[in-house]
Amino acid sequence: MPATPSGLAVRARALRKEFGSFAAVDGIDFDIARGEAFGFLGPNGAGKTSTMRMIACMSPRTGGELEVRGMDPATDGRAIRAGIGLVPQEDALDTELSVLDNMLVYGRYFGIPRRAVRARAEQLLEFAQLSERSDAKVDALSGGMRRRLVIARALISSPDLVILDEPTTGLDPQARHLVWERLYRLKQEGVTLVLTTHYMDEAEQLCDRLVVMDRGRIAAEGPPRQLIEQQVSREVLELRLEDADEGRALEALKGLADRIEELPDRLCCYGEDGDELLAAVIDAGVHPNGVLVRRATLEDVFLRLTGRSLAD
Amino acid sequence: MSATAPRLAPLWRITPVTTSLALASRVVARNLRVYRRGWMYLLSGFVEPFLYLLSVGVGLGHLVGGLQVGGRAVTYAQFVAPGLLAAQAMNGAIFDTTYNLFYKLKYAHTYEAVLATPVGTNEVALGEIGWALARGTTYGAAFLGVMAGLGLVLSPWGVLCLPVVALVSFAFAATGMAVTSFMRSWQDVDSVALALLPLFLFSGTFYPLGVYPSAVAWLVRVTPLYQGVDVLRAFSTGTPSWSVCWHLAYLLALAGLALAITSRRLRRLLAP
Repeated sequence: MPATPSGLAVRARALRKEFGSFAAVDGIDFDIARGEAFGFLGPNGAGKTSTMRMIACMSPRTGGELEVRGMDPATDGRAIRAGIGLVPQEDALDTELSVLDNMLVYGRYFGIPRRAVRARAEQLLEFAQLSERSDAKVDALSGGMRRRLVIARALISSPDLVILDEPTTGLDPQARHLVWERLYRLKQEGVTLVLTTHYMDEAEQLCDRLVVMDRGRIAAEGPPRQLIEQQVSREVLELRLEDADEGRALEALKGLADRIEELPDRLCCYGEDGDELLAAVIDAGVHPNGVLVRRATLEDVFLRLTGRSLAD
Repeated sequence: MSATAPRLAPLWRITPVTTSLALASRVVARNLRVYRRGWMYLLSGFVEPFLYLLSVGVGLGHLVGGLQVGGRAVTYAQFVAPGLLAAQAMNGAIFDTTYNLFYKLKYAHTYEAVLATPVGTNEVALGEIGWALARGTTYGAAFLGVMAGLGLVLSPWGVLCLPVVALVSFAFAATGMAVTSFMRSWQDVDSVALALLPLFLFSGTFYPLGVYPSAVAWLVRVTPLYQGVDVLRAFSTGTPSWSVCWHLAYLLALAGLALAITSRRLRRLLAP
């Protein structure tokens, strides 16, 4: 443990995780303040889940420094885990138990006294809008209900740090919004949230700050809006063109657009003002088959930093 | 905090045993909660050896006549009952740490969430083994009661059968868990039954080792179930000798070795 804990929820320096000769996490630095919502973005295999598992003290680090809740996972894993709630990627619910029993049994793993755990479980099932299903078997729940149950379960020990690995993957829009709303309430209560996600809108909605990971390293870091401004321009013009027109369009945009990305089906032109870019193209006598002017999003940042090719 | 690669210390060394045991007991409590609804399934474990005792011990016993155990004349039922007791301790314990454990490890991912709590891999191992041990011992106690009722326990030494049943359960539960930690498919798991059946049939359960050629008899002497059979028979017939100590040491060593392997393997499997 460091001589003086940093006062941060999580602090990592040159953090590494190797499996054999493969470095899943290749020396990363980050700070997560208490009460902050912090996101890890990145393609599959970028090292997000490995990082999460190290923070959750479920996997020993191979090198570097890591401090979680003021303690060192290498020596104080049990004490750290006592204050962490985990929402794993796979629900890992106990399918042999009912909804309520899942909560009760899980609470007992934290050493919560029997009577206290029941009161807390009922309260949390209320929070997750699952009170009516408390006697149901886990298998009988919908995907959204299961996810809510997993979040409720993660909160049974009143953790000050909640780790969520892809909390809304596979959920329908209604279920996603309900999960977001609950997570937002947690954040209001001062709980530190650490999450991974593939959904850029989710990251923009929930995260105060985030890092984009790629191949075990951190490619960029900052608040969502700031990342967009730094990494890509404010607006994007997407053009669908006849092949014959492409040369002329590119000529017209030269010097105007900050960056042009040529995709098989369209051109993405990044710039301060999308309409201005479009006007230049029209003036050059090009008639696009399709036009979209939009604000740049985190997804543009993500694709710029981690490329468009599939990771696996 | 140093920048050199830290290794996660084994939890047992840095945690007071009381905490570890308390947490392991929560794993046992979880299983108890599951089977509270499945008591019929638990009951079946009592019935099987009882049926064997009636058909083989009492029925077949009429044809077989008496035998000698440690210089004492006993009926066939008195001979075979402690053998069935040992086999029951084995069967009652090993199912939970093989089939059930494999399901939890590979399919249910039950421990994925458990290990995010203060419970660690060692507590999972202790808890699951503890549960299997409790189950094997409960079956054994009931069967021992039946034996006593039928006049198949011949001496006050018979009281010691119960802790021995617990030890046999413990050794097989731990061994089952160690073996399961290496398994990859259901075919592997099914091979457990293939290994248990010859143990059940040939460990001196139904007849004395004297019927084997000496090489085979020696082979049986180093197999695990035989240790339990011989000790339980010595106690239930009231004919203990110093060889009992050797059998008990064997079972303890087996349990210890299996626990050590399990502890290593679970950490590799669940907390890589």
